[in-house]
Order: sequence, then structure tokens, then C-alpha cells
Amino acid sequence: MAWTTPSASGPLDYPNRHYGNDHDRYEWSMLTDRAPLTWPGGETLALFVVVPLQFFPLNPTGKPVKVAGNMTMPYPDLRHYTLRDYGNRVGIHRVLKALDASNVTPTFAVNTRLFEREPLLRELIAGRGNEVMGHSWSMDTAHAGGLEESEERELVQRSLSRLRELTGQPVRGWLSPGKLNSPNTPDLIAAEGIEYFCDWVNDELPYRWNTASGELWSMPLATEISDTFTLVDNLHSEESWADQVCDAADLLLAESREQGGRILTLTLTPWLVGQPHRIKHVERVLQHVSSLDGVWSASGSEIFDAAKAQIACA
Amino acid sequence: MTADAADTRKEALDYYRPWPYDQRPKITWPGGAKIALWVAPNIEVYELNPPANAFRTPWPQPFPAVPGYSIRDYGNRVGHMRQMKVLDKYGIRGSISLSSALIDHHPEIIELCKERYWEFFSHGIYNTRYTYGLDETQERALIQDSIDSITAATGRAPVGYLAPALSHSELTVDLWAEAGGTYTCDLFHDDQPTPVKLRSGKPFVSIPYSLELNDTIAYVVNKIEPRRYGQMIKDAFDRLYAEGDESGTVMCIPTHNYQVSTPHRLKALEEALEYITGHSDVWVTTGREIADYYLENHYDTATASIDAVNAGTDGSVA
Repeated sequence: MAWTTPSASGPLDYPNRHYGNDHDRYEWSMLTDRAPLTWPGGETLALFVVVPLQFFPLNPTGKPVKVAGNMTMPYPDLRHYTLRDYGNRVGIHRVLKALDASNVTPTFAVNTRLFEREPLLRELIAGRGNEVMGHSWSMDTAHAGGLEESEERELVQRSLSRLRELTGQPVRGWLSPGKLNSPNTPDLIAAEGIEYFCDWVNDELPYRWNTASGELWSMPLATEISDTFTLVDNLHSEESWADQVCDAADLLLAESREQGGRILTLTLTPWLVGQPHRIKHVERVLQHVSSLDGVWSASGSEIFDAAKAQIACA
Repeated sequence: MTADAADTRKEALDYYRPWPYDQRPKITWPGGAKIALWVAPNIEVYELNPPANAFRTPWPQPFPAVPGYSIRDYGNRVGHMRQMKVLDKYGIRGSISLSSALIDHHPEIIELCKERYWEFFSHGIYNTRYTYGLDETQERALIQDSIDSITAATGRAPVGYLAPALSHSELTVDLWAEAGGTYTCDLFHDDQPTPVKLRSGKPFVSIPYSLELNDTIAYVVNKIEPRRYGQMIKDAFDRLYAEGDESGTVMCIPTHNYQVSTPHRLKALEEALEYITGHSDVWVTTGREIADYYLENHYDTATASIDAVNAGTDGSVA
């Protein structure tokens, strides 16, 4: 569906100054105005951990926009290509070990091209039985303004159909590279059977989107506490990142006991936190969160289903 | 207009004159407080589809700029209530820097703030509508629109102004005063209230609004860690509180509901507020109350002092 957010005719014209948001893709709603949620087993804090498995091509086009983490040096940029590939060869193993040691369930956001190229990695993930989310074709396929609708439709179809073939999973969730969207992304992924996407960081619980076809919900996945934002963009220390995650867990757990179910979302990027000097901080975070009383570690779909069943009936 | 139009920019601001920090009359606050503390939550609305501005681009991506828009939407959907709860806990009334379009978009937030007798001051209409490029008539219209909206929604005209997205013209402060305003947050030249020289000659004051302690400057521009932000607030308080033994000081904590209220950052603000409000002789107040009190009790003394310390000079610059 089209976005209803007409353009202003001048600096003092405000055509979208009305109740609710200035577009009509979702309802305006404050978190505290919603019916409290409960998670299975009576837990109050769901833990949603996304592990992106990414392919950064050596020959990126950078179109329609360049997504963070891509090549920056003159071709061939061995430096960034191999450092990103490190995550899929070495880092992922450390991250998986840390997750398993704390019995934390990951959800993998996978660039389809990576699973085509890396059957051993694909088999490793398949053998674990964890959920796989769509993450577009590669980190060089930004879904952003400037991408033709027909091109994006083909990109979404190709990414999802091939990922479904390669994994045998329904692939219900989606994360756009760089959390960017074109005006058409939500409609196109919904049309291809995506039920929840994690691109909009405007909430801490799932909420429903209005789309041209198919039912689509937004799932929270915070950028501000993600490893790339904290360590790469902000240049915080690993120790500080771990403190921040632990503080977030403590706050959300306390709030969830008063206000109903909350979700702690965490992004663990293997090429970044899988480095030997960083992994111990991941371990500390996972140990802390999993030791808290009231935490439910689950996949994206499990959390989505539990939330949707309660919200849709409310 | 020739290709080489004359450069009409001024070399310096003329809103205020020199006034050395150590040559000022003593400021006293109500109840003998050493320091006036005010917290200024910026409650803003950003447009998903703002008009282009020749001087500043609202979003780094083409429509829809999801990362920037969605985190600011988070502030109103999630962050506001979290911050409000902390301010309630410490008995602090917010002085809201309000994008007045929020009255139309999210009136629920306005009602919650009204119930708490928070102050509303103007921060323009939207934080994606800049002062840049507006002529005097247009800027006056923007200001009046925000005043009328806030007055209609709250029953009281705002008296403070922080220009939208800190975008200014040479006349911003004058126009605000001429529309009935009594204080500005747009000058960062001092730690105490200072009289402002205006073309209208109206009594008008600059109230300190710390950019250094502004959470968005701290977190987004300077990229500091949450616990360090909390420590910076405490350190600033300690110094201003100590200096308050000699003459009253002002401390402002400007916040944004999409920054301080995230789960990994709220604790830093909460601990800092717990620390500050644990002290005696702190006047926990609002920007308007500081401005009112200063204009009533200190403004005339201050202008006389400024005249006196500058009396030996003719005001000209070598």
C-alpha cells in the first residue's frame, strides 16, 4: 500500500499534522497503554538473540546505498572481505559455544548468498535446528529508497525462495541489511510470506503493520545496544558494552514484573564479537542474563507467536 | 543579485556584553538554595516526509529514513513513560522543550505532563522544520503557531524557547521576546542566567541549558558511555553546588526520551538524580520559575553590574 504522508507545499505547510503518526502504516500506541503480556512458563523477560550470518561481496555495487560494514578500500579489499569472512569461519564457533554454555537460543539472520556459498556453515546451523530469518541476498543488497519496486520484488523473492530451499524452513522473520527499508519493503516481504520483521526500532514489543498483502508485524531488535552500534559506531569498550547489556536486562526484568512481559533483544555479530579479545564479554553477558530469575530464552518465532496470540485477542 | 552578493553575516553576536564570572552580584535562590536544578525533556516530533531545506538535510537516507525516524518514534511510544516515572520518583517537574505538533499527534503525552504541572516551552513545530531559510515574517509565524498551539492545549502561553533542532536566524531571540517570551535556551555562553540585549529593549533572560550535559550531544555526537554520562552529571553538580556557596548557580539536564530512556541508559540518569536530590539546598524547579525569579529579583541588579563593569570601555573592539 502507498504511504499516506503527503509532501508539504512550503516551510509552513503541515499536511500531516493530525492525531497519530504522520503516516498510516501502524497505529500510534504507547507501550504502557497495552494489556500486559505473559511468556510461557510464567516468565516475564523474553530473550531474543539475533546472530547475523553475513556475506560482504568483494565487488559491492554500493547501490542503492552502501550498508555499513562493506568494503572501504580500493579493490580488492582483502582487509574487510577477510575480516568479515572471519566471522563465518572462526567467530561463529566461539559465539555458538558461548550461547550453548548459557543455554541461550539464537535466531540466525542469514544472507542467502552466504548459505549458497558455504554448505559447511549451512549444515552447522541446520544441525542445531535453530530458526533462520531472511536477511536479504547479501550485505550489498540494501533495501532503500532508489531501488525499483520490480527489482526489489525479485530480490525479496530470490532471497526467500532460495533460503527456504537451502534450509527447509518456512522462514517467517526478516531483517533488512542495515535495518534500511525502501518505501516498498514491508509490502514486498509480507507478500512473500514474512510474518515479522525487525527493521523498525520504535517499540519494545511486537505490533501490527498495515500492508498491501499479508499480515506483517514489527518485532523489536534494538540498535542502540547492538554490538556493532556500541563497539564499532560508538567505539565503546567491550566491558562497557557488557555493562550496558546487563543494565538493560536488569531494568527490563524489573519493569516486566510490574508491567508485564518485556523482551531483551541482543545482536551478536560473529565477525565482531567472535574475536578472541571480545568473546569473554559475550560470555559474561549471557551468563548474567541467563542467571536472572524470570528469563525466557526463545527464538524470534516463539516470542512472536506468544506475543501475537495475546495481542491479537486483546 | 550578482554572483558575488555582499556577505552580510555579522562577525559576532551582540545579544550580551562581557561580564566576568568573578565580578557579579550574588545570586540568591528561594529558600536560600545554592543551586537551581531543572530537567528539560525534549519531547519532539520528527516528520517521515519533511520538506527539503536548502541549508540542512533532515535525514541521511531517502524516504523512508527508518533508522532515524523509528528511534525517535520509540521515544514517544516507549521512552517518555520511563523517563516520567524516574522524574516522578525524585519529585522533579519536567520543563518540556516541545515540538508543538506533538499536541496534535500524541495528545496523551501532553495530558500526562499537564497532570504533573510540568512546564511547556516552545521548541518549534517539528524538529524537521528548521529556522534556516525563513524570512522574518515566516519565522514570526512559526513562533506564533507554536505559542498558540501550546496555549490552547495547556491554558498557558509558553515563555521559553529553544529553536527547533537548534536552528537559528539572527532574529530568533528577538522574535521570541516580541511574541511574549521571557527566556531563551539558545545561548550557551554562561553558567548563570544573564540579561539578553534585544532590539525591543524588553527585559529578557538567557537561562543556562547545558549542551554538554544534553543527552543527545553526549550520546549521539560525543558517543560517550552511559555510566560516564551519569558521572558527568554528578561532577557538574558537585562543582556548581560548591560554587553556589558564593552565588547561586543553575544546572540544567536536557534529555530526549529516545536517548536517556533506553533500558541500558536510564540507570545513569536515575543514579545522578538520586545523588543530586539527596542534597539539601537544591531548588528543584523549572526553567520558567528560574526566569521569573531572576527577572523579578536579579535582572535589574545584573544589568547595572554589566553596565558598571563595562563602564571603563566604550564598547568598541580594538
